[in-house]
Amino acid sequence: MAVISVPLQAEPNMLSRLMRRPTAAVGIAVLMIIVLAAILAPVIAPYAPTKLSIASRLHPPSLDHLFGTDDLGRDILTRMLYAARTSLTVGFAVVIFASIIGVVLGLTSGFFRTLDAPVSRLIDAMMAFPDILLAIALVAALGATAVNVVVALGVVYAPRLARVVRASTLVIRELPYVEAARALGVPTPVILVRHVLRNVTSPLLVQGTFIFANAILAEAGLSFLGVGISPDIPTWGTMIATGRQYMDQAGWIMMFPGAAIVVTVLSLQLVGDGLRDLLDPRLAKDI
Amino acid sequence: MSAAVIADRAEVAPLLSVQGLTKHFPARNGRIIHAVEDVSFDVRRGSTVGLVGESGSGKTTAGRAILRLVEPTAGKALYDGVDLFSLSAREMRSYRQKLQIVFQDPFSSLNPRMRIAAIIGEALDARGFARGKRRADRVAELLTLVGLSPDHASRYPHEFSGGQRQRIGIARALAVEPEFVVADEPVSALDVSVQAQVLNLLGELQKRLGLTLLFIAHDLSVVEYLCDDVVVMYLGRVMERGPSRLLYAAPRHPYTKALLATAPVPDPTRRRTYVALHGDIPSPIDPPSGCVFRTRCPQAIAACAGIIPPLDDIGGGHHVACIRHNEKTI
Ligand SMILES: Nc1ncnc2c1ncn2[C@@H]1O[C@H](COP(=O)(O)OP(=O)(O)OP(=O)(O)O)[C@@H](O)[C@H]1O
Ligand code: SF4
Ligand SMILES: [Mg+2]
Repeated sequence: MAVISVPLQAEPNMLSRLMRRPTAAVGIAVLMIIVLAAILAPVIAPYAPTKLSIASRLHPPSLDHLFGTDDLGRDILTRMLYAARTSLTVGFAVVIFASIIGVVLGLTSGFFRTLDAPVSRLIDAMMAFPDILLAIALVAALGATAVNVVVALGVVYAPRLARVVRASTLVIRELPYVEAARALGVPTPVILVRHVLRNVTSPLLVQGTFIFANAILAEAGLSFLGVGISPDIPTWGTMIATGRQYMDQAGWIMMFPGAAIVVTVLSLQLVGDGLRDLLDPRLAKDI
Repeated sequence: MSAAVIADRAEVAPLLSVQGLTKHFPARNGRIIHAVEDVSFDVRRGSTVGLVGESGSGKTTAGRAILRLVEPTAGKALYDGVDLFSLSAREMRSYRQKLQIVFQDPFSSLNPRMRIAAIIGEALDARGFARGKRRADRVAELLTLVGLSPDHASRYPHEFSGGQRQRIGIARALAVEPEFVVADEPVSALDVSVQAQVLNLLGELQKRLGLTLLFIAHDLSVVEYLCDDVVVMYLGRVMERGPSRLLYAAPRHPYTKALLATAPVPDPTRRRTYVALHGDIPSPIDPPSGCVFRTRCPQAIAACAGIIPPLDDIGGGHHVACIRHNEKTI
């Protein structure tokens, strides 16, 4: 009989293998710059983020204000750096929150045959809603705070992760090393974590990268629609929302945060694509 | 075989007695896969029993069912007199350390994310082994036992060859000091050059540790020098079983003869002249009526479709399930 191929191999040097792919390497490099810029915002930002200056409102990009100023005379570059902190944090928190829900749903439905039908139906039902509509409804119900945006987007993206985890779990459940653990009498919860969860981390990472990108976009979308994070807190989304009113006279207010989103999302996609190609494409196809 | 040995055979209760083992899997449209059907055989303590048959004959399923890795549909597995199939999941757990399994595929049988020390350590934990130095010592000891170096403990499975991985799988199974081990085609996925090494290791370990082995193979030649008894399966059923010496010297079932025809003969003076099999094994969803082998049997007659041949005792522990086994011409 044919030897079953192992769908998931340990990737002890995954980062170095990823860096060997030019597109993924560019993505990682750009992301690292953005993250560093966000962390170092208080150090490298030319102004204070809330420093108003009515005299210099709606200034186009200049040497004083590289990316121009907004309607209240605040430095766009400065605010973008601070906004990066919120946007990245929100995106990351969404990935974490969605992963927790997704892993629990995916592992249980994939591993326990009796739970599969009901949990899978729940996942399908959640996925039937258009992402952004579900997010809007949830934020509207919960209240427009940063935490609630994370919760709403986490709920929206969890089913995708659940599907990926379930698909992998269905495969791993049947592998001899899981059976070996059962033959040894290892308790089921331990098997689930030690043998199954540990081997779904790769497809989870791939999906997490894409969801990170989607969450940043969606947060901006919610803010733009005015149902997201409060406009007082700088995120790339709230900056675009403010800039919308001055689109004709001061396009830079929107342009630069928009570019930040595009660059970040693209970089994440490049990294996600690279990761997916590195790992088994069959397990990560469900984007 | 001397009369004394035969008498012995009857007197000493077997370590494992499989009786009427049946395993059905659900298939689509409410149909069932007859993976294992009414399989019975005994395994004496300290002996090696070969379970042989083509791919899909139900060998793995039988082995897994005995260990309750799949729930059997019917039958008994008396282990030291206790029916394993009647135990609750909790009760079964205390038996798990007595019965272990070595898998066919050395690549998917080791968790790729765990170091060898953790893989073997998990087995030690199951026995309630102490942590720390004693545990590390025991891992080293087990690795040495299977012919690996204690340094290998800190490595990951992908750093090993198939043969080495199979040794690790054997070490894991032996870590709990089992009495009974199912070896499910432990060498069929390995390079021919290392097959003999792993087989020798198993044989040696069996003697040294007094193990009782159920050795699964699809090729009678692999089993010949290792097994005391052989059980030949086809499409979920036992076709013939008995002591190796009787079965190899005088196979009585047309299926066994056909298997021997395809097996390479290491000793040319014992050239065998049986007819090889043609065609594919029928679907276990819809097995032939009567004798399941009749669609491929060179000796099949009309009557073969009518009854399921009983497993007749033809002496010395040799049993054959063929309605024509008494005819001289076969
Ligand atoms: N979990 C399962 N679900 C459904 N059918 C199964 C399952 N496991 C085995 N089968 C079916 O049962 C039959 C016997 O399979 P089994 O793996 O026991 O055969 P085998 O003799 O070990 O073959 P091989 O030499 O290929 O390992 C096959 O038809 C197989 O498709
Ligand atoms: S019973 Fe008939 S079909 Fe079956 S093995 Fe004997 S001769 Fe062949
Ligand atoms: Mg098998």
